[in-house]
Amino acid sequence: MEQEKKAPRQSYGEALLELGKENENIVVLDADLAEATKTRIFAKEFPERFFDMGIAEQNMISTVAGMATCGKIPFASTFAMFAAGRAYDQIRNSICYPKLNVKICATHAGVTVGEDGATHQMIEDISMMRTLPNMTVISTSDDIQTKWAVREISKIDGPVYLRLGRLAVPGIYDKNQKFEIGKAVQIGEGTDATIFATGVTVSEAIKAKEELEKQNIHIRVVDIHTIKPIDKETIIKCAKETKKLISIEDHNIIGGLGTAISEVLIEKYPTKLIKLGINDTFGRSGKAEELMKYFKITAEDIISLCSN
Amino acid sequence: MEVNSIEELAKKAKEIRKGIIEAVYNAKSGHPGGSLSIADIMAVLYFRELNIDPKNPTWEDRDRFVLSKGHCSPALYSTLAQKGFFDIAEIKNFRNIESNLQGHPDMKKIPGVDMSTGSLGQGLSVANGMAIAGKLNNKNYRVYTILGDGEIEEGQVWEAAMASCKYKLDNLCVIIDNNNLQIDGTIENVMSSYPINEKFKSFGFEVICIDGNDIKEILSALDKAKKVKDRPTCIIAKTLKGKGVSFMENKVEWHGKAPNEEQYKIAIEELS
Repeated sequence: MEQEKKAPRQSYGEALLELGKENENIVVLDADLAEATKTRIFAKEFPERFFDMGIAEQNMISTVAGMATCGKIPFASTFAMFAAGRAYDQIRNSICYPKLNVKICATHAGVTVGEDGATHQMIEDISMMRTLPNMTVISTSDDIQTKWAVREISKIDGPVYLRLGRLAVPGIYDKNQKFEIGKAVQIGEGTDATIFATGVTVSEAIKAKEELEKQNIHIRVVDIHTIKPIDKETIIKCAKETKKLISIEDHNIIGGLGTAISEVLIEKYPTKLIKLGINDTFGRSGKAEELMKYFKITAEDIISLCSN
Repeated sequence: MEVNSIEELAKKAKEIRKGIIEAVYNAKSGHPGGSLSIADIMAVLYFRELNIDPKNPTWEDRDRFVLSKGHCSPALYSTLAQKGFFDIAEIKNFRNIESNLQGHPDMKKIPGVDMSTGSLGQGLSVANGMAIAGKLNNKNYRVYTILGDGEIEEGQVWEAAMASCKYKLDNLCVIIDNNNLQIDGTIENVMSSYPINEKFKSFGFEVICIDGNDIKEILSALDKAKKVKDRPTCIIAKTLKGKGVSFMENKVEWHGKAPNEEQYKIAIEELS
């Protein structure tokens, strides 16, 4: 059932094209990265609804705010570093404060950007984006889920941050999988541990689950595609039903997925949570897979935590 | 409601100025200097230029206005109240916790505010977005925005200026309130944005330089701007900060300070 690997940004570009065909209010903006973010796929079909704003992200983000006040549904794309990082004030004051209908679709998130190194590896964006009132934060794990998300967020009347990785990821879900904003997907019923994952780490968690089955250790994986609003119910249920809780993310452990889960646990069902992620340090150059090993966010790291 | 004679517009400007003083005096904080400098421009925009309807503030075909220098909200609120978007009595509640009149304009709370602003340098980009959307939607509305001469020290303004020209936004009119003062001193001394006209010209704008406290010059500049095709217009309005209140005129300390009771009485008397 596993499909061949595909980069989420490719899925994003393809989904945008489909959405553009159905809704003429969809406009797409990019900041000189249309080839990399795959918004080029939309631009080729709808040049009149595509705007290349050049290397000027702050302007792009405030421009989409203006468009949204006039009924457009803008999708603004660039690397996560330059969307959430460089244009934070614009996202906060021009988009979230007036709750405008803007979709910020940021690609190349996390250390899995690879060889470009620390300056291009955005590992603080979940933290910054989820602290903004009115913002919905989504981080997708495969082709099917990314395509669902692109369509679904166009229906939300308000700001959304969609976090996409660069690395090609294996297919996880089949076409009939149902998703819902704010509802995590639980994979498996094992009670030895719960692995909370998002984005690129979901397939790692599934790999770990399969390996551990062979050792007669039964875990479950929870794909938290919506980081805000987070699925409190599923987190608490898993805390009650499983012996160990682990979160794994391609993001700084400060403020990211693990922190979001621990905020729920500490209030509702205090439980120990082991957080795998980038441990308050910058990334570095290397191949994506090597970096995942280096920062200990792989299936093997989950396995070693669960087998002893 | 449209006012045509210069005398009538000057009268409106005076009323707007009174509202500014009322707002800042009652709040005991706020920004009178830069609000007073744009009062004449606001009077002409709202009582002659803008195609708007106070009874239908979200009308799709309306002209848009973005106060990029959002700290001059007293000027915007006073004008909107004069125009009938809300009760003039509300002005006295400016910056009060119970009031919708926030320190900086909030489009979700106040009818007639087309964009929330406050963090400087973002309004021209927003206005570009509105102007592009207007063209995409085949609407004839125009978009106006006022920026401060200190505000244009923000780099984003020049990112936006490139975009206004790339997209040939002839439905956009930018007005620079050139009162020559910012919090830390004069524009020349803090971080000169001069020559402002040359800068906008070199980006591709049609540039018109006027006395921004002269109603006649404002009128004719706005008329000229409407005839420009295939490029945006930038009106550089030379103004006097604190205009209309003698002790506030050209005094940087009145950028963000409220008058005391005695000063308030003098100010209102001078404006009556």
